[in-house]
Amino acid sequence: MAEALKDGIGASVRRKEDVRFVTGSGRYTDDINVAGQLHAAFLRSPHARARIDAIDPTEALALPDVVAVLTGKDMADDGLGDLPCGWLVKQKDGSDMVSAPHPPLAHRVVNYVGEPYGIVVARTVQAARRAAEAVATDFTEVDAVVDPAAAMSSEDIHDGVVGNLAYDWALGEQQATEDALAAAAHVTRLELINNRLIPNAMEPRAALGVYDKGTGDHVLYTTSQNPHLERLVLSAFVQVAPEHKLRVVAPDVGGGFGSKIFIYAEETAVIWAARRLEQPVKWTAERSESFLADAHGRDHVTQAELGLDADGRFVALKVSTTANLGAYLSTFGSSVPTYLYGTLLAGQYKTPNIFVEVHGVYTNTAPVDAYRGAGRPEATYVVERMVETAARELGRDPAELRRLNMIRPEDFPYDTPVALTYDVGDYEASLDKALELIDYAGFAQRRAAAAERGKRRGIGLACYIEACGLAPSKLAISLGAGVGLYESGEIRVNPTGNVTVFTGSHSHGQGHETTFAQVVAQRFGIGIDDVEVVHGDTGRVEFGLGTYGSRSLAVGGSALSCAADKIIAKGTRIAAHMLEADPEEVEFTGGHFKVRDSNRTLSFAEVAFAAYVPSNYPDDLEPGLSEKAFYDPENFTYPAGTHIAEVEIDEQTGEVELVDFVAVDDFGTVINPMIVLGQVHGGVAQGVGQALLEHGVYDAFGQLQTGSYMDYCMPRADDLPDFRVDTTVTPCTHNPLGVKGCGEAGAIGSPAAVMNAVTDAVGVNDLSMPATAEKVWRALQGA
Amino acid sequence: MYTFDYHRPSTLEEAEQLFRNAEDGIYLAGGQTLLPTMKQRLAAPSDVVDLAGVDGLSGIEATPERVSVGAFTRHAEVAAHPGVCGTLPALAGLAGCIGDGQVRNRGTLGGSVANSDPAADYPAAVIGLGATVHTGSRQIAADEFFLDLFETALAPGEIITRIDFPVPLRAAYRKFANPASRYAVVGVLVADFGGRIRVGITGAGPCAFRGTALEEALQDDLRPAALEQVEVPDAGFNNDLFASADYRAHLVRVMACRAVEDLMTL
Amino acid sequence: MELTLTVNGNVHELNVPANTLLVEVLRERLGLTGTHVGCDTSQCGACTVHLDGRAVKACTVLAAQAQGAAVTTIEGIGSAAQLHPMQAAFREHHALQCGFCTPGMIMAAIDLVQHNEQLDRRTVRAGLEGNLCRCTGYHNIVDAVLAAAPELAGEAEHG
Repeated sequence: MAEALKDGIGASVRRKEDVRFVTGSGRYTDDINVAGQLHAAFLRSPHARARIDAIDPTEALALPDVVAVLTGKDMADDGLGDLPCGWLVKQKDGSDMVSAPHPPLAHRVVNYVGEPYGIVVARTVQAARRAAEAVATDFTEVDAVVDPAAAMSSEDIHDGVVGNLAYDWALGEQQATEDALAAAAHVTRLELINNRLIPNAMEPRAALGVYDKGTGDHVLYTTSQNPHLERLVLSAFVQVAPEHKLRVVAPDVGGGFGSKIFIYAEETAVIWAARRLEQPVKWTAERSESFLADAHGRDHVTQAELGLDADGRFVALKVSTTANLGAYLSTFGSSVPTYLYGTLLAGQYKTPNIFVEVHGVYTNTAPVDAYRGAGRPEATYVVERMVETAARELGRDPAELRRLNMIRPEDFPYDTPVALTYDVGDYEASLDKALELIDYAGFAQRRAAAAERGKRRGIGLACYIEACGLAPSKLAISLGAGVGLYESGEIRVNPTGNVTVFTGSHSHGQGHETTFAQVVAQRFGIGIDDVEVVHGDTGRVEFGLGTYGSRSLAVGGSALSCAADKIIAKGTRIAAHMLEADPEEVEFTGGHFKVRDSNRTLSFAEVAFAAYVPSNYPDDLEPGLSEKAFYDPENFTYPAGTHIAEVEIDEQTGEVELVDFVAVDDFGTVINPMIVLGQVHGGVAQGVGQALLEHGVYDAFGQLQTGSYMDYCMPRADDLPDFRVDTTVTPCTHNPLGVKGCGEAGAIGSPAAVMNAVTDAVGVNDLSMPATAEKVWRALQGA
Repeated sequence: MYTFDYHRPSTLEEAEQLFRNAEDGIYLAGGQTLLPTMKQRLAAPSDVVDLAGVDGLSGIEATPERVSVGAFTRHAEVAAHPGVCGTLPALAGLAGCIGDGQVRNRGTLGGSVANSDPAADYPAAVIGLGATVHTGSRQIAADEFFLDLFETALAPGEIITRIDFPVPLRAAYRKFANPASRYAVVGVLVADFGGRIRVGITGAGPCAFRGTALEEALQDDLRPAALEQVEVPDAGFNNDLFASADYRAHLVRVMACRAVEDLMTL
Repeated sequence: MELTLTVNGNVHELNVPANTLLVEVLRERLGLTGTHVGCDTSQCGACTVHLDGRAVKACTVLAAQAQGAAVTTIEGIGSAAQLHPMQAAFREHHALQCGFCTPGMIMAAIDLVQHNEQLDRRTVRAGLEGNLCRCTGYHNIVDAVLAAAPELAGEAEHG
């Protein structure tokens, strides 16, 4: 391996992108303005469920600066198709899930508060918003279905979707699991609610559509985590424009956390309206629109049973979950509570029998889809709350009960009863390191000291696993995915020897411009400032599947590594020719092609120049030094680790303070430790938010009660402690970088750890997230 | 935001005249409540009369008996004012926990008090300290000022010019903040005027009010223990996502106890 | 309405509708898009700028209210070639990820350190109450603010 470079793999290189961000020179979608642009506002349903009887735009059109009012009917008349769900889930009985039609702009009926049913275009933002209020729409309200637990016995929302059931899905051996539970020495039972979350990337979604009537080209600037997928769906399914006439640009994007994966109504309507009106149209969400109409996350109700034998070994886990999918199946909404959830229920343990069934139900609420972790936090929450509760019921040390059941290093590769093969890991190593960091043995003293201050102190563990690095295409497609989940990477070595890298991954905070540059710079022995990473533009990058599921480095980075192999292979042939040696005699090391056992060398830049000025050049080789690779992973990657939380509860008010948090994670090889720790910090903050603060609440009529930061509680700096984060390393066995992915782990392990700590402090097992002061206070009254 | 006419008068009389002449006028002080309301198109005044240019509305005078704060004085100024910090630290502390830093750099005493937001902090001080609200034409006693949710004794168009806070022997304010908005779920100010106790409560009900039962209990026994047996009825208390009425009633007692604890250390 | 604003030292004569917010003038009229808008209830702090030297939320100030005032935005405190100490500290301590909240966070942090002498981790956390970040979990932001504080406190004394 090449000597470690100061900015190569493993170095905490300061981020290349930061200079523009700290100086206010970032370029987000709303920062882009084009000549003649108009502004859009959306007509949104005030009702959770209603028929649209009539839309009268007369008054709106008479207002100054108003250009057009376009409705769902206009869009349908133009031949635009529905927004598809990209993952077909097969039900227990082998039949396909029931996917209700999802027109981008509602037409005839509306099914959640905030659902767009028209777009108003005007010369100013204010005029568009004013006009949207002036459109007179006659609705006939219908009783809404809001509670997921009651959805299956409520009136059908969609024609043909009986019992509001999108699917009845299962995984694992039911009979064996039930038999094992029946024979178990102890069974722990718990109802667990995974609270609905609203993602809240700080940059609201936005779109700017530009249509060139001369060429017929469409350009859509939008806040997307995966611009190529956006283009594919808008052309192949919605049929806004053919793929070669549509360019999608996702410039700087201010956070995503899943919510910007999906193909939404608004950007669809914006690019469509731009063509119809032959003028650019721009829309930027107000935060209140984000609350109503961004896809939400989580929202599960689960009954779980964990059986243990007399020694404390897990013998069976049975899980029955109702997953609220919202009013429509969002882009990946169907896969999150199934393949990204049920498959993770083995956790880090050798539980031999696992059965999970999931009822995915429609309700009159905003669509629910992937939010940081997507299914895996929900699975971890079930497993780790159950394990902790079992330990309490049995009077066992929760850490030791986990250790007893863990998959051990010698057990890998390990086939779980829920369809995954874990490639590698050392779960005890993370557990031990975390226990040491938190000073597990000293907890009793800390608890006693807190009691003297009138505080109840609790400690909680979570040993999580995730499957990420999405995903082996054949496996994903066999499970219903509508696209492959490989990634593309292209490396263009310029004649002067610096490098332009094109990736189908997309950075919206993860720092790809730095990390990917480190990977490539290391391979070529050049500095990272000689590597430019291009992403987020279908007009510049050939194809890609974007960034989510902690996949960028494991899949996109691996693609670049493969492209780098090809560059080095070709460079070696060029160098061999120039050095009058056999290619087998030439090695590439430290940025130089060198004839083995000689002092004959050529620099990377010299070879690059020769590739473009091919005078002394092999006859059988094309000029140029540019290579691309598509990397399709063999397996998921399996980051894992232990998170431990300590909380103190004010007995008089019920207020919970998170006083310490330790995370020890195994992400495989780490390219940039600084960035990795930052990802953990952010993920943990979101997980703590879920456990203690955040909750998307609808009332019985389907009105969102938490539609602004006045009511939806975002974690602030003073809600959080300093995080103590460390890593252990078992390199991934099946990708060239040995990396596993770190984007979601923080949000996966932390909710269970925090809730285990809160319930430990309170002395009850059944407390639901978020553990608000009043809820905890009431639990303390009853405990 | 809807359109409106903007005015920036330089005298109180001019401001009141503009208000009277407007179809649906509203005064703008710091704007930290009004502007968000207007941005969300929940208010559509025809005329906005900005009081920033009106002479004599800003400034603080602190004497041993009285802290007089001009209505246009920003929260941050009150929080950092050496005179207030020295004479009436409970008021400085209260001002320093309103909203957040940026809000405190804009928000004003008069704007907060005139709005009678049920969850605002300042009303607890006005009530708890028995302040006198001065307007262009009269003085209003604290106990007569707050009438209901967003309703005060101010006549339409009447402008608060300053508020005089009597200085007690000691006082303390405790707030249980809404974790999302950071407004007061419950805020309690306890003041000891040497044998006379006043308790101002915000957040719990439709507007700030006196905790008379708490005052009586503390009158003879100024210790947290004195509040143990006091009943805090929750009738008419606010009930929302974060706190039910009975939890608020519980918090009133807890915050009052803590305020008394703080006060005893002074 | 006519107004005069001094932004980052440059005087601008503008004619805007009365219902124009300061942030709208900055972004749309002056092209200073470093000041961001992240919410509509005046809580997220992404739009924080300095108005006559104090941090305010530019989404909650009418342009008219800033008549005659001096406004400083993220573009006015440093440049790529010469970062302001707070900008440099944010980069050095990885106190940003997506960068959207960053300009407001930096402007709020500068106000915080200039007006508070004895800051520690707890008071920095409390002092950033008016700014939301969804990416970093704030840990590294606290590091950055404390790292920049001594330098800025020194500057304030001399300035």
